[in-house]
Parts: sequence; C-alpha cells; structure tokens
Amino acid sequence: MVGKTKPTIGRNFDLSPGVLRFSTARLRLKRGQKTPLKTVTKQTEKPLALQRTGQKFKLGHSQKHSTKKAIAPGTVLIILAGRHKGKRVVFLKNLPSGLLLVTGPHKLNGCPLRRIAPAFVIKTSLKIDVAGVKVPDHINDDYFKRKSLIEYKVTEERKKDTKSIDTSILASIKKNKDHKLLMGYLATLFSLGKNQYPHNLIF
Amino acid sequence: MVFHRVVQVGRVVFISEGKDEGKLATIVNVIDGNRVLIDGPTSGVVRGVRNLKELQLTKFTAAVEEAKVDEQFKKSAWAKKIQQKALKSRMTDFDRYKLMRAKQMRNRIIRVELAKLKKAQK
Repeated sequence: MVGKTKPTIGRNFDLSPGVLRFSTARLRLKRGQKTPLKTVTKQTEKPLALQRTGQKFKLGHSQKHSTKKAIAPGTVLIILAGRHKGKRVVFLKNLPSGLLLVTGPHKLNGCPLRRIAPAFVIKTSLKIDVAGVKVPDHINDDYFKRKSLIEYKVTEERKKDTKSIDTSILASIKKNKDHKLLMGYLATLFSLGKNQYPHNLIF
Repeated sequence: MVFHRVVQVGRVVFISEGKDEGKLATIVNVIDGNRVLIDGPTSGVVRGVRNLKELQLTKFTAAVEEAKVDEQFKKSAWAKKIQQKALKSRMTDFDRYKLMRAKQMRNRIIRVELAKLKKAQK
C-alpha cells in the first residue's frame, strides 16, 4: 500500500509571497543535518575591569517613585489610555507609588476618583483652584488596591469619597469667571482633528 | 494666463524659509533663472544671493518707498493670515475649546438668521 506513509508537513511557510519564514540553513539545522557551532568561552578567573559582578537589579519593585514632571494640584490632565481615555480630569495629588490621584469630577465627565500613571496623561496649562479641596488621609494606594479576586463593584465608600471631593471642586470651579466654559471643557472629550498633530500642539 | 508678479529688479519678496524667515526684501539684481541678489536695509536683511525657491513674490515693487511697503504688506490678507497662523499655533487646549464654542455660537446665529430670511421669502 502506497498511501500508508504519513504526509510530512513542511516547517517552512510563506511570510509574504516569496519570503519564507526559515532559511535553508535554518531548516538544515532543524532537520539535524548540521550541528550548530559551539562557541567556547574562556573562563577567566578575575572579572574584567568593566564586568558587572553580583546581582544586576534588585528584585521586587522599589516602594517609592518620584514623578518626573512636577504637576501642581488642580492641573487639568488629558487621559490617554484606559477606559477614561480622552477625558479631561483634575489632578489632585501625587501618590507614593508614583501614580497620580485624579478626579473627573464624576458629575461632569463620569471619571471617578482614581489613580493613573503619569505616562498616560498629557499635562495642560489650565489650572483649577483646589486650595479648598482636602484629600482625606485614608485615600492612599492601599485604598485603591483590589481586595479580592471577585469582580470589582463600586463600593459605597468610594462613591461617598468621590462625591465629597467633587462637590468642593465643583464649588471652586463655580467661583471662576467663565465657569460655564470650564465645565463644558471638562465635560467634553479631547480629540485630534484633521491636520492636528500632538507634537505640534501646545497643551 | 498672464503673470502679474514677475521676477524683476525692484520686486519686493517675502522670505519664506532659511535665514531671515518672514522678512521682506527687494530684488537688486537677477543672477540667473534660479537666483537673485536681494537686499533689505529697513527690514534687516543683509545683501546677498538667495535662491528663488526660498522667496515668494509680493505684489509690491520698489517704486513705493521701502518703509511704506512694510506698512502696506501688514495690511494685506497675506500678512493677516501669517499672524493668524502664529496666534493659532500658540493656543492652549482650553483656548481651542473656547474657539470651538465661539464658532458654534456664531454658526447658530447665522443659521437662525438664514432660516428667517428663507421664511420671509416664501
């Protein structure tokens, strides 16, 4: 019987017309027709002058990070990633983990009191007066940590905290001369139009 | 097609790129099809040879005095456009939002007025 032998499936395949994934040499190596050259490294007793010895990095994350760009509280930030991307939010505080504590306010754009990495925001030149806004001490990194693996649901505590901070922020926005524009600004999403390039824009 | 702005001695040019960008100067001599000798004592352009690719011809010739040309150029739509472009590039994110709202308001007024006129015509 002729058809009993197993059909061989080639390892090689086209990446694009005319371009193969593996080279002939690579295939030979895979088939075992060729053995790779073994490089013999000399064992030196003394480490070379510029050679690193010991552990390269300390294991685990360091607990404190410093934020690169100093952002003043009250600065309006544009969130670039995550479920709130495009929203303009108010910055409140730097947290010891290096994350930024921000709030929508929730009433204006639906962004609650939450943390965001500084790499995911654009700092704008607009600042809102938050001198009267007090962030309670219990709102720290631990406060935002997930307590269990069960799907997260917004707790009443968070709703309450967001509300209490937002009301004071909204009050200070109200004092502003053009508070209507400010509120509208915070409520609208940021987007780029035609021929608008973020590297050419001033924020 | 008739050209009204030609490369000629006395033609006022706008320097669009390179050194002295954005300044006005006058063609003093035409060297060849590509290069001209320009000078701009009132605008601070040092006499020198420039390629015509870096220059844009204005509608003025040096028949008008140099100082007056500067004033007249500032009044032109071209100069206003340059100014507006500079203003726009300096706008912050909040400024852009305010501009958007202002435009919305203006368009709303126009739309309402137009609708009134259309209604009156019927």
